[in-house]
Amino acid sequence: MLAKRIISCLDVRDGRVVKGVNFVNLRDGGDPVEMGKFYNDQGADELVFLDITASSDNRKIIMNVVEKVAKQVFIPFTVGGGIRTVDDMRSTLLAGADKVAINTAALTNPNLISECANIFGNQCVVLAIDVKQNKNKWEVFVNGGRTPTGKNALTWAKLAIKLGAGEILLTSMDQDGTKLGYDLVLTKQISEVVSVPVIASGGAGNKQDFYNVFTQGKADAALAASLFHFGELKIKDLKKYLLDMKLPIRIYKS
Amino acid sequence: MIIIIDYGLGNLGSVKNALDKLGIESMVSSSISDIEKADGLIIPGVGSASEGMINLQESGLGKVIREQIEMEKPFLGICLGMQLFFSSSEEGNTKCLNVIAGKVKKFRTELKVPQIGWNQVKKKSSRLFRGIKNNSYFYFVHSYFCQPKESGSEIGITDYGITFCSAIENENVFGVQFHPEKSGENGLKLLSNFKDIVYANNTGN
Repeated sequence: MLAKRIISCLDVRDGRVVKGVNFVNLRDGGDPVEMGKFYNDQGADELVFLDITASSDNRKIIMNVVEKVAKQVFIPFTVGGGIRTVDDMRSTLLAGADKVAINTAALTNPNLISECANIFGNQCVVLAIDVKQNKNKWEVFVNGGRTPTGKNALTWAKLAIKLGAGEILLTSMDQDGTKLGYDLVLTKQISEVVSVPVIASGGAGNKQDFYNVFTQGKADAALAASLFHFGELKIKDLKKYLLDMKLPIRIYKS
Repeated sequence: MIIIIDYGLGNLGSVKNALDKLGIESMVSSSISDIEKADGLIIPGVGSASEGMINLQESGLGKVIREQIEMEKPFLGICLGMQLFFSSSEEGNTKCLNVIAGKVKKFRTELKVPQIGWNQVKKKSSRLFRGIKNNSYFYFVHSYFCQPKESGSEIGITDYGITFCSAIENENVFGVQFHPEKSGENGLKLLSNFKDIVYANNTGN
């Protein structure tokens, strides 16, 4: 049976791993290469690397870091941040990423999704959606959560999949970094309307939150950053708990 | 020396990274003379069967691969690389290398296709799975699966709506539908087992 995935995320700024609350107040979390290796050894099922302040001048440095991380990581590796063109995607894959997450550029130019999917395959294209609740709507934000778009998350997710996105990385900005749990309603709504795997992100605070997002939220994978970085929750303990709760989980070491 | 065959497709870097991590001497190459000199060969794979076969035929690599298999050189096909060993694939109605009798078919299931993620492999006794526990998880990304004509070559099966063949062994030809280079510790162990197979067969000639 296909396992539910536990994904560790490195938010990288200027070559360092950082983590904030509600996308601001960033705090230093370490060297991405060391941390990539750490999570590979800890039994994470996947590693996500997000360059959160990507700009053209630091892109080359970032590719260097991606390459170094890829050499230490023998689990699926997703890279995102500042991907604007097919060429950006190609160079990220060549640097060692297995999948590439796109966000802002896909919203500005939805055809980027189909162009990338046609060349590299749907499985390579992860659509990242940052969502904030606005009255009774789920609004999509871009530019690292800085710019509201007025677009509805459900409509956007459905369109993106039609265009060829192979996976959805869904972040609740309201929950991000709060440790109050994933947004179960949002995750469930998106999971039920799309035919591709959904990665829930934002808000993990304890083991139970993961269980809830897999069962009530119907997520295929759950992502966390600060919870793992600062040692509050060990992936090994989390996996043992989820296995005891009868979820299909990859056991790393027996 | 193990050669990772470059036929213009696939994620060659990650297979190379995994072999480097294990300290196994390897090289990514599309050169016929490198392939002829190799102790063992890996055909990686991300891409479509039709594109893969066109590239193999146009470059002359398909013929070389068949010759090397006849000379009993150890081969490991990964994902699409495994599928290309079969007679034909439904993907683009492609004639493949025909080293192993059987077909490659598309998943027809209510589950999500492609299958993306970690799934279990029920193993049969094989040198390739030495030291790896039964029902271990490996990382899969695929829409098509192999259906060997004879079940004798099956060394691993996986359940995804249906039960399919996820690993084969036919004399010196091995194939895995999953990505050992992305399957953590178990995947690295499998690659290390392949290296042992390669050098156990190496008579030094």
